[in-house]
Amino acid sequence: MTMLIVLDLALLSISLLNTGIMVVGLQGILLGLFVISSHASALSLRLVIIASVGIAIKGFVFPLLLRRAVKEAGIQREIRPFVGASLSLLIGVAMLLAALWIGSKISINGIIDVPLAVPASFMTMFTGLFLVIARKTALTQCIGYIVFENGIYAFGVAAVGQTPLLVELGLLLDAFVGVFVMGIAIYHINHEFDSMDATKLSSLKG
Amino acid sequence: MTGLLLAPLVNGVINRVKARFAGRSGPPVVQPYYDLIKFLRKGAVYSGTTTWIFKASPPVSMAAALISLALVPFGGTASLIAFTGDCIVLAYMLGLMRFFTIAAALDTGSSFEGMGASREALFSALAEPAFLIGIAALAGETGFFSLSLMLGKVPTVSFELLMVVVAFVIVYLCENARIPFDDPATHLELTMVHEVMALDHGGPDFGFIQYAASIKQWILGALIVDILMPYNGGRWYVGIIEGVAAMLMLAIIIGIIESTMARLRLLRVPQLLVAAGALSTIALLLIMR
Repeated sequence: MTMLIVLDLALLSISLLNTGIMVVGLQGILLGLFVISSHASALSLRLVIIASVGIAIKGFVFPLLLRRAVKEAGIQREIRPFVGASLSLLIGVAMLLAALWIGSKISINGIIDVPLAVPASFMTMFTGLFLVIARKTALTQCIGYIVFENGIYAFGVAAVGQTPLLVELGLLLDAFVGVFVMGIAIYHINHEFDSMDATKLSSLKG
Repeated sequence: MTGLLLAPLVNGVINRVKARFAGRSGPPVVQPYYDLIKFLRKGAVYSGTTTWIFKASPPVSMAAALISLALVPFGGTASLIAFTGDCIVLAYMLGLMRFFTIAAALDTGSSFEGMGASREALFSALAEPAFLIGIAALAGETGFFSLSLMLGKVPTVSFELLMVVVAFVIVYLCENARIPFDDPATHLELTMVHEVMALDHGGPDFGFIQYAASIKQWILGALIVDILMPYNGGRWYVGIIEGVAAMLMLAIIIGIIESTMARLRLLRVPQLLVAAGALSTIALLLIMR
């Protein structure tokens, strides 16, 4: 779980798109492993399926799609984010503080006994939201969206281990479609506006 | 004290490793000692524009370095001086050393030295929180505020401590003017950070500064080694030998880092230091939770 937090901070400070994509993939794989390890005593086929589908989609399919988008867009790094890397890191520390506070307040019946599970998942959600807000490139915003989803997923696994299989798979499918659509959208944004800068979307062509 | 004798050796080893990587045979490992002896035998020349601050700086640096060396335990043996809160004294001793180096550099009135001083002040302002918070995390983990007790009680490496170690390595590289931050071998005043501040010192003064710098390097290295290899209750000389071996390993690793990395752009340096600070802070938060 600590690893999850460290990866969140890495995401906040990274400006190279490919590295960011790699970190998100790593986070997805880590979450899948977390599902298996946290329920190691009562491992069911259902959990194994959820974990392996999660690893496959988040660890390999998403990064592949995103990499292709990077290649098509032909840009390598985040250009002039709204909030710079150093400040993002400091905000990340503040977010961790908030997440720890929430973790100490929240108490749910039947929550699994993994230290830091709730703070780490909240931290991941905050990071995702922050990336969506504070970055300009559509691709990084997409990464932020995935990270946000990762956080919800981690919280779901930690808090309600008994979610029906259908719901979890539905969630994954939603995220998958989301990334897919975003990939296409990024391609079109790039095509029409010659950049992925989301702030330019509001300016008129012509 | 081992550090007093072996501190310059670390520099020698680093230079040797770098030379090997570049395909040269390199200077002998004991070259820094020859240099020091050479400096101490020479006379000093003082510029007419300088004041007593310029002359005071090398002895003060040297004294501060010696005091901090006495505070840091090494290889499982307790330090010479140990009291509650000595970790803060250590940070301030290193700060005092830096303050006088910067003041002396400004005292010369040279624009290059002024630039170096400004950069050094910026870097250290960012590196110091990372260092102090890392120390605080160690104190939180062990419940002691004295370096000897603290480092004697460090548990086997946990994830939080590993974060502190990474932060300390970044601070080590920065404080000792190592390559991602500063190139110790550069010959261009514009690009120097630490070296440029000592440009006007000569003879014994320069020798003092070099020796103090190598002792500082030894101290920060000893902290890293102490965290990674806590005292295991063996005989004292075994601990010392293990410690020295670990220090030399660290020197080789630093040499490899220096040979394989390029210098960071000046703008990226604060970012890396902030990252080190963030790592320390998170380690502290997770430990104090």
